Amino acid sequence: MPDFEPVLLANVGVPNSFTREVYESTGGYAALRKVLKEMSPNDVKELVKSSGLRGRGGAGFPTGLKWTFLPKDHPGPIYFCLNADESEPGTFNNRILMEDDPHQVIEGIILSCFATGASTCYFYLRYEYPLCYERVENALAECYAAGYLGKNILGTDYSLDMYVHRGAAAYICGEETGLIESLEGKRAWPRIKPPFPAVEGAFRKPTVVNNVETCACVAQICRRGAEWFKSIGVPPDPGNPRDPGSFGPKLYCLSGHVNKPGCYEAPLGITVNDLINNYGGGMRDGKRPKMAIPGGISMGLLTADEFDCPLDFAGPGKYGCLGLGTAAVVVMDESVSIVDYLYNSCQFFDHESCGQCTPCREGTAWSRNMLKRIKAGQGRFRDLDLLLEIGDTIGIIPGTTICGLADGAAWPLKNGIRKFRQELEDYIKRTNPTGYMETRPPPALVSLDVH
Amino acid sequence: MSEVTSDVTTQRVLTDEMVAAIKAFFPRYPTRQAVTLPALHVVNERLRYVPLQAVVEIAELLELAPAQVQDTLTFYGMFKQDAPHGQTRAWVCRSMSCMLLGANELLDHICHKTGTRPGETTADGSTTIEFAECLGACEFAPCILANKTLHKCVTSHQADQLLNEWKTKPAP
Ligand SMILES: Cc1cc2nc3c(=O)[nH]c(=O)nc-3n(C[C@H](O)[C@H](O)[C@H](O)COP(=O)(O)O)c2cc1C
Ligand code: SF4
Ligand code: FES
Repeated sequence: MPDFEPVLLANVGVPNSFTREVYESTGGYAALRKVLKEMSPNDVKELVKSSGLRGRGGAGFPTGLKWTFLPKDHPGPIYFCLNADESEPGTFNNRILMEDDPHQVIEGIILSCFATGASTCYFYLRYEYPLCYERVENALAECYAAGYLGKNILGTDYSLDMYVHRGAAAYICGEETGLIESLEGKRAWPRIKPPFPAVEGAFRKPTVVNNVETCACVAQICRRGAEWFKSIGVPPDPGNPRDPGSFGPKLYCLSGHVNKPGCYEAPLGITVNDLINNYGGGMRDGKRPKMAIPGGISMGLLTADEFDCPLDFAGPGKYGCLGLGTAAVVVMDESVSIVDYLYNSCQFFDHESCGQCTPCREGTAWSRNMLKRIKAGQGRFRDLDLLLEIGDTIGIIPGTTICGLADGAAWPLKNGIRKFRQELEDYIKRTNPTGYMETRPPPALVSLDVH
Repeated sequence: MSEVTSDVTTQRVLTDEMVAAIKAFFPRYPTRQAVTLPALHVVNERLRYVPLQAVVEIAELLELAPAQVQDTLTFYGMFKQDAPHGQTRAWVCRSMSCMLLGANELLDHICHKTGTRPGETTADGSTTIEFAECLGACEFAPCILANKTLHKCVTSHQADQLLNEWKTKPAP
């Protein structure tokens, strides 16, 4: 095991780590006491800004900067939404934080709410996390009892209420404006931006949405200082004036064909190879790796030759992927067919597209149907070009959709087909020897499998 | 709107307890509509489905048109409307990490054993089998969330045992 001492996961594995007593015995809530006594909301904003913290929910937007987009001297209310909808395939770090150290998350949220002037926090938790729900509800009750939540926190004039709001099994509720619509009691249809939530969010009021791990980082920054945070990770690339760097520890989720799948804390910037070999115990059954997802399935695909890719905010982009995403690495050995990978990915996005934008709704459904046909031995070379056309045209990056789900659907197609074209062509030729060059429209799909 | 429920022959489905549980959410939000999901969960956790009549009654409580509640309800994968799901609702993850470790085979096996398709309930009414997208427990692939219990690294043999248990005793 590498020598990096975990901070965010320090309490994981400690008996009763989810109780206030244990959290406080390791220094928990001292930062909250100190901040409320000695600092102004603006000081906290500046502290977080100077730490270089970037959001851990997928987009990597600088947290302190996002907070400064709130209107100045707003009469209120300002809302804070905790994004605990974690549903990106491969990702489970938020679950571990909430199950094993909910107080660290809550301390971070209270500090973030104080910094942003929010008086109500909605803790948007996916329904499929029943243990998190229980632990978080208990932790919140402990906080109300201790005077960390409610009216006049610790005798100051700052008041905050925090409520858990449970989702109902829809990935799109993780998109911040989808989350807000869902919170308001509607279909989780992402909103067209601008206005951004900081200006007009939940209940048409200024709203901050942050991820669970982001808030845990805020707690540690307030406890240990911005300099500590900046001493970990990767500084900005001097050749790129727009790169804010990748500072701090990060929770990497490792799953798939490795010996020890799990959530590991490491400085931002370790490579895929490091993660597999130094943390994950190497490849399962000694098999050779074929490819890996760098940060949740939305981020695309790395080939085994690209495992020197550093897992910081800029790394995966240099290897043709969308970005670091949630830093959830899914490793696949040589037994995995690229067709199965693509089909599974298309199936997911087809199921989870909210259906508002035609390119996303139709693109995800057609790509799934085409992959289903290819899988069943009815593929044509032409399908690969059609799939690439879908991949290259759906998403906010090409500018055809409202939210980033479509970009997430596009990247597996773009990377999968461009990086593994030969294998796909071989598969199509082998399974459809008489029809692979066909260019006329294929007959309608009959249902080829049960689910 | 209120004419719908003033029909004396309509059997109300929301009990006083459910109404109180729903109303307890009111102070948390600046609008009544925001109580839609909490209210649907209140009903669903007790009845194991949300019949249309419950939608009408929730709408009345939240001062909404029934169509608004129904519109929201149908967006989510959580709420059945025609009949209650089994005492155990088992979500079998089919997303990437689980797929790599045999989730498709596991789901096929379970469906075959129980004579169901995903979304359906076993003939004895005990268990509803569902597919799930990533349950956020990918380090334990393939996994099944049965009610509040997460089953980790499930083999088809273990699945058989679980199915047997659920016949007589719902998952916690
Ligand atoms: C389709 C989609 C799904 C998302 N799901 C999540 C999620 O489950 N959790 C999360 O924190 N962010 C998710 N995000 C990112 C959020 O929109 C948002 O950027 C994030 O919550 C901001 O918090 P952060 O700045 O602390 O990362 C998703 C984005 C998209 C486009
Ligand atoms: S891109 Fe897809 S998921 Fe996002 S708003 Fe459009 S249809 Fe919905
Ligand atoms: S892919 Fe099955 S739990 Fe994540």
